[in-house]
Amino acid sequence: MADLIRFRGDETHEEPAVTLDAFLEQTNATAVRLEPTDDPRALIPYLARLSLIEVSFPKFRDGRGFSIGSILREAGYSGELRAAGDILVDQINALRRCGFDAILSDHGVDREVLAKLSSLYDAVYQKTVDGRQPVWARRHG
Amino acid sequence: MYRYDDYDQSIVDARVEEFRDQTRRRLAGELSEDQFKPLRLMNGLYLQLHAYMLRVAIPYGTLSARQMHMLAHIARTYDKDYGHFTTRQNLQYNWIKLADAPDILALLATVQMHAIQTSGNCIRNISSDQYAGAAADEVEDPRPWAELLRQWSTFHPEFIFLPRKFKIAVIASEEDRSAVKLHDIGLQIHRNAAGEAGFRVFVGGGMGRTPMVAPVIRDFLPKAQLISYLEACLRVYNRFGRRDNLYKARIKILVHELGAEEYRRQVEEEFLHTSTLGLDAPAEEFARIAAGFAPPAFESGLSEEIDRSDPEFAAWLDRQVAAHKAPGYAIVNISLKPTDGIPGDASSAQIDLMADLAEAYSFDELRITHAQNVVLPHVRKSDLYAVWQKLDAAGLATPNLDLVGDIIACPGLDYCSLANARSIPLAQKIAGRFASLDRQRDLGELKIKISGCINACGHHHAGHIGILGVDKKGEENYQLSFGGSGAEDASLAKIIGPGFSEDGVVDAIDKAVGVYTQLRTHGERFLDTYRRVGEAPFKEAIYG
Repeated sequence: MADLIRFRGDETHEEPAVTLDAFLEQTNATAVRLEPTDDPRALIPYLARLSLIEVSFPKFRDGRGFSIGSILREAGYSGELRAAGDILVDQINALRRCGFDAILSDHGVDREVLAKLSSLYDAVYQKTVDGRQPVWARRHG
Repeated sequence: MYRYDDYDQSIVDARVEEFRDQTRRRLAGELSEDQFKPLRLMNGLYLQLHAYMLRVAIPYGTLSARQMHMLAHIARTYDKDYGHFTTRQNLQYNWIKLADAPDILALLATVQMHAIQTSGNCIRNISSDQYAGAAADEVEDPRPWAELLRQWSTFHPEFIFLPRKFKIAVIASEEDRSAVKLHDIGLQIHRNAAGEAGFRVFVGGGMGRTPMVAPVIRDFLPKAQLISYLEACLRVYNRFGRRDNLYKARIKILVHELGAEEYRRQVEEEFLHTSTLGLDAPAEEFARIAAGFAPPAFESGLSEEIDRSDPEFAAWLDRQVAAHKAPGYAIVNISLKPTDGIPGDASSAQIDLMADLAEAYSFDELRITHAQNVVLPHVRKSDLYAVWQKLDAAGLATPNLDLVGDIIACPGLDYCSLANARSIPLAQKIAGRFASLDRQRDLGELKIKISGCINACGHHHAGHIGILGVDKKGEENYQLSFGGSGAEDASLAKIIGPGFSEDGVVDAIDKAVGVYTQLRTHGERFLDTYRRVGEAPFKEAIYG
C-alpha cells in the first residue's frame, strides 16, 4: 500500500518517471527515477528542466539514496525530490535533512507518529541541504 | 571536561523521548521485531543470548566522577550489579529489560551521557588516547577534535545507513595507544615541516574476518577542514562501499578493492566539492569546545619524591604508573584484570570507588582504555600511595599492565549471540597459568587478545599472541596467532598452525613463551623476538 506524503505546496507531477538511461537518451522527459547505483551527477546539466526526481530505496537499510538526495540539492535542483520504496517513518526526518520533500513509502505511514517525530529535534549538529542552522551557527549567531 | 550546553542536552533528551516512543510501539505490537531492530540498534540495544545488552557510549573514553557513579547506579538498579568495559571505551550492561531501557537512557541523559550510535551501520563512538591531556608526548589534546566529531556524527542524516559500522579514533602522539591504523578512519595530529599541526588520515583499517592495516590517505590535512574532508571520505564510502555481502561491506574492502591511490583520488575529487559547502564549524566554535578541555589547575612546586619502602606498592608503581606532562603528577592505570576475574568487568562498588578516587585525587576525571582498563589521568605523586591502598583494598591493584595477565577478551559465548566459542574462561585459564607476577614481570610486555568469533571484538589480529575461538564440528576450538600489534608498529598476527582445545591452547602459549625466554636478547619483548627469529622455532616447540 504505497503512501505518498509531500512536504511541498505545488501540484503532484503526473508524468511517469523514466530511468536514467532512458532520460539521457531522450532528454525531453521531466521526471526521472534513480536507482541507488546511478550517478546523480549525470543529471546536473538538466536539473533546471526536471520537475520530479524519484530516488529508489529498495531496502530501508540501503542508505545510498541519502547521498544521492544531498548531491542533487547541492547541485541546485529545486524540483520535487521523492524518496520511494521501503521507507520507515523513523527515517523521514533524515530524508528531509538530505533534501527529500516527498516520500512514497511502501508501508502506511502513521501520521501521528510522523508529526511527533518531526517536531522532536529542535537542534541539529550538521549543516546540510535543508538549510537549517546547525547548532554551531546558532551558538555563535 | 566538556560540558553540554542547552543544545547538546536537548538533542540527547529528544533521543530519549524518541526511543521511549519506539519502545512503546514495539511493546504494543505496532512494530515488529524486524522493524524495531534497526531502531534499537541505532541506540546500542542488542538482543543477546539471555537478555538485552545495552552499550553506553563513553565518548573518547573520558568521564567524570558523577557520570561514573551513574554507571554504578544503573548496574545496581537495572543489571546484576556489574558492568563490562569494552575495547571501544564503552560500557555494556548484559542483563537489561526492554521496558527499562528508556528509563536507563533518561538517567544517563541527566549526567550528559547516552547510547546514541553505539551500534548500527553508522558512525560509532569516537575513541581516543586514554592519556590525552596528560601524556608527555602529545602535540596537543586530541579530545576537542573527538568532541567536534561526536557532534558532527550524531544523527548525521546522510551517514546513518552506511554499508556497515564505522569507527573513528583520534590521537595526537607518535606512540599509538588507540590502534588508529586498525580503525575505519584513524586520525593522528602531527606537525608538518613548517611546524603546523594537522591531521594524518588513515582510512580502511580494521579487524573482523579480513583484517587490514590502514594506508595513509592524506598525510597532512589542515585542521579547519576536518569535517568537510571526512564528509568526502564517508560519501565515497556510502555510495560505493559494497552492500551485496555483509562481510565485504566495511570501508577497508572498498579501499582495498579500489586501491588506496584510486580511493584517495575519489575522495580528493569529492573534497573539492564538499570544501565549498561551508560544512566546517568556525574557529570560534572549535575554541568553545577546546575550552571545555582546558588543563586542570595543576599545582606547581610539588614533590617528585615517592616513598618506595613498601615493596608491593613499589611493584604496582613500576607497572601501573606512567609519566605525566605536569611536574609532580602521574598517570595511574587501574587494572580490571585480576587473575581470576573477567577482563573488563567491574562491580558497582568498584565503579563507585574509582569515581570517588577520581573526585578526590584526579581532578574529577577518569578514562577508559581500549585494553579494558581504567585510568586516573592526573594524580599527584604524593597521593599515589593513598590511591594504591584504596585500590588494593577493592581488588583493583593488580600490577599487570601490558603483561600476560592483562588480557583483552570479548564477552564470547557466555553472552554474545554471534560467538562460536567462550573467551572469558580461556582468559582466566591463561591468567591462572601465568599467575606468578614475578614470572609475568620477567616475561615483560606480552599482549594476549582473545575473540570468541571471527568478528574480532577481542582484537586477536592485533595481539602479540592472538586467539580466535571457532566452532569445529560442535566443539570449541582455538586458533593461535603470533606477531600482531595495535600500536604505532601495527601489524597483523599470523596463524601458527592447527587449532587447539581450551587446555591445549594454554599449553601452546606456555611453550611459545618458553621459546621466547630462550631466544630473547636483552630488552627484547616477545613480539620483537618473534619478528626477529620468525615463526619456525615457535612452530617447532608447539607442534614438533
